[in-house]
Amino acid sequence: MALPRFRLLQVSVLIVVIAALLPLWLSAYILGVLTTAYYFGVFAMSWDLLFGFAGEVNFGPTFLIGLGAYTAALIDNLLGWPIPFCVAAAALAALVGGLLLALPALRLRGPYFGLVTLVAVLLLQNVIVIFAHFTGGEIGMTVPDVLSVDAGTNYWIALAVLTISAVLLFGYSRSPLGLILQAAGQDPVEASSLGFNVAKHKLAAFSVSAVFSGVAGAMLIFYLGSASVDVVVDLAIAVQIIIAAVLGGRRTILGGVIGGVFLIAAGQVLLPLGQLSTFVVSAIALLVILFFPDGLLGHALRRSEQE
Amino acid sequence: MSAARLEVRGLTKRFGGLVAVRDIGFSIQPGEILGLIGPNGSGKSTVMKLIMGIERPNAGSVRLNGAEIAGWPTHRIARAGIGIVFQHSRPLHRQTVLEHIKLALLPDSLLRLAADPAVEGKARAIASRVGLETVLGRHPGTLAFADLRRLELAKAIAREPSVVLVDEPFAGLTPSEVASFSELIRGFRAEGKAVLLVDHNVKSVAALVDRALAMYLGERIAEGTAETVMRDEQVRRVYLGGSIEAAARVSTGTDAASPLLAVEGVSVLYGKAQALDNVSITVREREFVSVVGLNGAGKTTLFNAVSGLVPYRGTIRFAERTLAGTSAAAIARAGIVQCPETRELFGEMSVAENLELGGAHLTNAARTEQLAWLLDLFPILAERARQNAATLSGGEQQMLAIARALMMRPRLLILDEPTLGLAPVILEQLSKALARLHTTTEITVLLGEQNVTFALPHADRIYVLEHARIIWEGPPARFAAEAGAQYL
Repeated sequence: MALPRFRLLQVSVLIVVIAALLPLWLSAYILGVLTTAYYFGVFAMSWDLLFGFAGEVNFGPTFLIGLGAYTAALIDNLLGWPIPFCVAAAALAALVGGLLLALPALRLRGPYFGLVTLVAVLLLQNVIVIFAHFTGGEIGMTVPDVLSVDAGTNYWIALAVLTISAVLLFGYSRSPLGLILQAAGQDPVEASSLGFNVAKHKLAAFSVSAVFSGVAGAMLIFYLGSASVDVVVDLAIAVQIIIAAVLGGRRTILGGVIGGVFLIAAGQVLLPLGQLSTFVVSAIALLVILFFPDGLLGHALRRSEQE
Repeated sequence: MSAARLEVRGLTKRFGGLVAVRDIGFSIQPGEILGLIGPNGSGKSTVMKLIMGIERPNAGSVRLNGAEIAGWPTHRIARAGIGIVFQHSRPLHRQTVLEHIKLALLPDSLLRLAADPAVEGKARAIASRVGLETVLGRHPGTLAFADLRRLELAKAIAREPSVVLVDEPFAGLTPSEVASFSELIRGFRAEGKAVLLVDHNVKSVAALVDRALAMYLGERIAEGTAETVMRDEQVRRVYLGGSIEAAARVSTGTDAASPLLAVEGVSVLYGKAQALDNVSITVREREFVSVVGLNGAGKTTLFNAVSGLVPYRGTIRFAERTLAGTSAAAIARAGIVQCPETRELFGEMSVAENLELGGAHLTNAARTEQLAWLLDLFPILAERARQNAATLSGGEQQMLAIARALMMRPRLLILDEPTLGLAPVILEQLSKALARLHTTTEITVLLGEQNVTFALPHADRIYVLEHARIIWEGPPARFAAEAGAQYL
């Protein structure tokens, strides 16, 4: 068997404890970078549930994230609900979006579904721009409420969201439901011949992925204090999320965290390079995908399987 | 008739204008094995898919214990008690054999987050029943072919279906594996399950089935005991067609001619496995040479070495030039065209487009001329010109693959197992086409076959390959006496 479960648990707990203690040493600036990276990790994990397990290539993870983020921002602005209610509404909106996305996924094959997800992002982006009066359009909108003004508190909240998401998503993927989902993604005919309702399991995966994406999207804008297309909707962000998940390792869930933190952190470390930094990060991602197609965590797991 | 476990009546399925299944009906009692046989393209696999709900019938009824299930979604049919053993499986790579069997035992519920503890014991019991107990912890990628089939069997019976559908139960298995699979299938009968075996060969399932139903072009042509069906006049015509006769070669290559292809002392290693061991063969200009050998003997490896697709030790020369260091593409351009076992057609392109791609390097005039000649050689391809290659029957795909290779105007055509999985009636058509190539063209052919009856009539010389080595070489006339017994 791969890394014994219990060793994985020990390592994970240790990492979370160390991560929780980081604010004692690190500067507010670095904590800020990590805070964003943690939300990014949730995006990547949610995406891996669809790609790695349900076998659905969603090129537009930011459709679900953006829906959540803008729902929360609009409600906060227009109705002035407290943050937890805004986040709950974001989860609901993303859930509806996820189910809408699942409908074509269950009818279309391969690249066609991928195109639908791309179009979904563009549509959302257009709607935001068209209704600029409410949404701030291309400039974005500020939210009156923020989570906290303290970098440490913001960091801990993000870490908590990440940890809870990781436990739930990883648990889902390793449970019997995850196994059925994987079978349904790999060979739907065979899975249904074993008595599994493939549509039901895929809808469940879309729902779960959407809720986590929406919640993390909403939390991110309450941390940043503003919602803008560049940060939560743009296709460039969608591509980054996909790279993060693939970099970390397909079908590993937790790999998304590693990939997300790596991408965001590397982007910041290389900031002095200016425009070149994006290039360098992309080149590194490309090399990892070329030479370790299983991703960083997937590669490690495979090594331990072979031993 | 007392209550049948599975009763099929008037089943019909159309794909566009093509009637794949027309008015098929049969019933299977508990504890009975029915063989559904027919050549490729006869619609037998479609019948199986219709029963399982993978395809929806256009008309007809399927009753399980008297309840109508036609048109239900597959997962409901599976839960109602029908299990299917697929011929090709796509197992999950990260899961072990035991986890695969456990998967089949899980309830279809979104709320059961932890498996029932009894599942583990049940999965182990099923594994020992089908003979997988020694490989429980292994991943599918490391399993032998027969064990992958056992895994399919294990998954299909995990839910204790009352009807089991088995697609091509013995394809690719060795005689001893066939015996143990037969025993397992007899076990289903003993348990009172109704079993449907789908196969293209009557003989292979004759010993096992209680009754057989033969199909051809979507329709029922005979039904009864295996002996009755095998004796049936129409079945014999469909399966055996005319007899295959040796074609007289107008002129064969002579010993004096320098060899077109010379393979000298070639060895190939796959990791630790010796796939070819010091193999030497020669093919002279305009000669038809057959390399016969069982699956795994090394035929495909030999052809891949010639085509520059695998690294080897030794020398291979083509038209006096050594091929070492030449890329696969350059070798193909030099005139060696391989028509691989897997056919490698462009499934989403039409027949005409596949052929055009094959002749992409020819001038327009030459391409038109070559195409006309090929459509004369394989008239069925003209009828199918606008159809996607993936929708052709197995035999038609093989003809297209050969035609596409010929579009490249090869000097040496390598045919790897052209008869794989084809019904006898198709073999006859292929055989005639090869005979025409043999008698009317200048082409040189290197044919790899496991089917000796097919290979003999089309060879000026035969090599027998066994366990990576050439063990016999000679003219076809001497084959039966000198190598026939050894080969079988």
